[in-house]
Amino acid sequence: MNKDKNSPWMFFASVKLTLFILFILAAASIIGTVLPQGEGAGAYTQFYMSKLDVSSQTANIMTNITFLLDLDTMYQSWWFRTLLLLLSANLIVCTIERLPDVWRLVVQDNLATDLDRIGNMRNRRHYTSSLTVEESCRQISEALKPLGWQTGQRQRDKATLLFAQKAPWSRLGVYVVHASILVIFIGALIGSIWGEKGGVNIPETLTTDKIYQFGTGSPVDLGFTVKCNWFHMERYPNGTPKTYASELVIIEDGDEVLTQVIDVNDPLKYKGWTFYQSSYQSHEKFIFSVVNNESKNEERFLAPPQKAVRWSDENLLFGIQELIPSSTPGSYKYKLLVADNKGGQNLYMIEDNQQITVKQPDGKLYTFHVKEFFSTGLQVGKDPGVWVVYIGCLLMLIGLTGAFFIFHKRIWILVRQEDDTTRILLAGTTNKNKAAFETEFNNLSDKVADINQIEAQ
Amino acid sequence: MDSSQLLSLSTFGYLFASGAYLAAFLFKSKKAGLAGTIATALTFLGQTAALGLRWYESYQIGAGHAPLTNMYESLVFFSWSIACFYLIIEYKFKNKTLGAFAMPFAFFAMAFASSGWVYQQINPLIPALQSNWLIAHVVTCFIGYAAFAVACGIAVMYLLKSRSPKSSGLLATLPDLKVIDDIIHKSMVYGFLWLSAGIITGAIWDNSAWGTYWSWDPKETWSLITWFFYAAVLHARFTRGWHGTRIAWLAIGGFASVVFTYYGVNYLLSGLHSYGAS
Ligand code: HEM
Repeated sequence: MNKDKNSPWMFFASVKLTLFILFILAAASIIGTVLPQGEGAGAYTQFYMSKLDVSSQTANIMTNITFLLDLDTMYQSWWFRTLLLLLSANLIVCTIERLPDVWRLVVQDNLATDLDRIGNMRNRRHYTSSLTVEESCRQISEALKPLGWQTGQRQRDKATLLFAQKAPWSRLGVYVVHASILVIFIGALIGSIWGEKGGVNIPETLTTDKIYQFGTGSPVDLGFTVKCNWFHMERYPNGTPKTYASELVIIEDGDEVLTQVIDVNDPLKYKGWTFYQSSYQSHEKFIFSVVNNESKNEERFLAPPQKAVRWSDENLLFGIQELIPSSTPGSYKYKLLVADNKGGQNLYMIEDNQQITVKQPDGKLYTFHVKEFFSTGLQVGKDPGVWVVYIGCLLMLIGLTGAFFIFHKRIWILVRQEDDTTRILLAGTTNKNKAAFETEFNNLSDKVADINQIEAQ
Repeated sequence: MDSSQLLSLSTFGYLFASGAYLAAFLFKSKKAGLAGTIATALTFLGQTAALGLRWYESYQIGAGHAPLTNMYESLVFFSWSIACFYLIIEYKFKNKTLGAFAMPFAFFAMAFASSGWVYQQINPLIPALQSNWLIAHVVTCFIGYAAFAVACGIAVMYLLKSRSPKSSGLLATLPDLKVIDDIIHKSMVYGFLWLSAGIITGAIWDNSAWGTYWSWDPKETWSLITWFFYAAVLHARFTRGWHGTRIAWLAIGGFASVVFTYYGVNYLLSGLHSYGAS
């Protein structure tokens, strides 16, 4: 590869380019937060006229430019994607360029370090000791062990070199962060190629085997059937919605294979599809479930208020006479009217989704259950890339912690016999956070001085 | 006493602490510095209790949730995080003049929260907000924002000191420029980690409720803008050796972006976006 300073390769390896891309990405992203996204031409013309106070002619030109540069869907536009692609290329080239050197630092044999280099390190201290070389080495190793420094040892010329290090792998933290960004991009790409996003409304008790794509509205086959058994909304005493929940059933080849209640933060997952509770629709009709308590004969009816319903099998006539607001704003109680078979009428109060048992003059008992009739609004999606994105996110957090808070620290101890004294050199380096390391090094060197009758020179 | 009274009191606690630190800085008074530390620590404890109390009160009115779900509660948590972050820095760097530049942010956050512009009542949570990911999201974001706020305050300190001639009497009590620069950098690093976690937990929450982890809405986008910005600043420093005045200005600029993400988006951009409906 041409590593000339001006080659395209070095251009892509430079951090200057990174700074440029990051600042440009930050600045460009602002556009889409100010300019409404995904609107039609008329809306933009009006937007420019009202917000910038320009003439309709100027506004038209601006609208044309908006569409020319895809500013109406800027985060999906070719130029925004190019910026992201540039960032990826920058990351990859930069990594190829630097990782080998960093890897060498992680795995290198530090017992082979040049002895002169050790003598020139900024953090260093000399001692003399009355112990023999072997005894000094043994005692220093013993003393360092409880502090987390595991020493290795090698004979170098006429001296003995001890070495210990902490967290060499933390040098890779930055590269884990950089890789995590690529992993997230790959996950997003997988999602945009093989993913699907849409929605569907299912009226209670009914089924669907399709969803409708967002944007295009075209139907997509699920490959199985989904049924909504019921939708239910609960409110706080002040009327604020508290829960939206639906019971969904997955049906394959006529078999009910899975039944699950979903609510807003708790979707149903099946065969790669996820069903999210996102909205609901009221039809201003009511579902009546009526049971003959004796024969267990049961029937369901759907009717608007103030409409009589007849259950001919049981010769029963009933209906909701009136909706009465209940104490919780937004919800209702029902005045249920049941005709008896002698021509009289009886009224019962019943709360939504509750049941009541009614006794007819002939002694027969019927249980009525009344509930407002809803469609559940589901957002349905398939995103095979989401786990890749999550793994990328996890890698990023791990990498950031490694890069920011864990440092590669190294110490060397050179012990040699000179005349009849034992001379000791302690030296250390770190890749980051030098000030904190200096304190740690000083404590360490005091400890080495304290033990074994070693005297600092 | 209920939690809102206790929280109003904490506004004055932080005001007093800021004043004491400022006195410590201006008059080189050790006593004032000590008063600042004591006031900050006591107010921090009181605020912790108040948050606990507010949590308890929410259960009493049948809307039980952690006190981290609306503008008011997030502002309170923001000031709480600033105080916490600042106390750690004061302990580590042993310099009380830092308080004169950091603690006013805790006070402003509380003053704004109590100002009447912000809705203070405990409200029951709509379904989309009933998620542990929301709690994780708010906590991580605001710890990050607190770190960025402190970085901004300390950056102001840097600029003040770097502009005046050497060793003029008053500014001599401030830490060395090198030390200030280091504190700014460390705060931003810390903030960046938490902001990353905040964006990630936000995305997971989004995905668990709506099935999209990223939808480019203005708030999300602004948090990403802020993230890009700080990423660029970290690279500029780490690989290109930027430091001192430049980094100080960038720390201030970054915090402006944070404030816009947090507050501006709601009040300025939502107006533009609701245009479609009008
Ligand atoms: C959004 C994208 C990026 C993020 C979030 C990111 C994150 C980081 C972080 C957190 C550090 C550690 C900084 C420190 O310790 O203060 C770092 C270092 C670095 N980054 Fe990036 N980075 C990104 C893009 C890039 C790109 C595109 C390049 C390509 C040139 C790059 C090159 C570097 C280099 C050379 C270092 C220093 C590594 C070392 O020598 O230890 N970064 N990056």
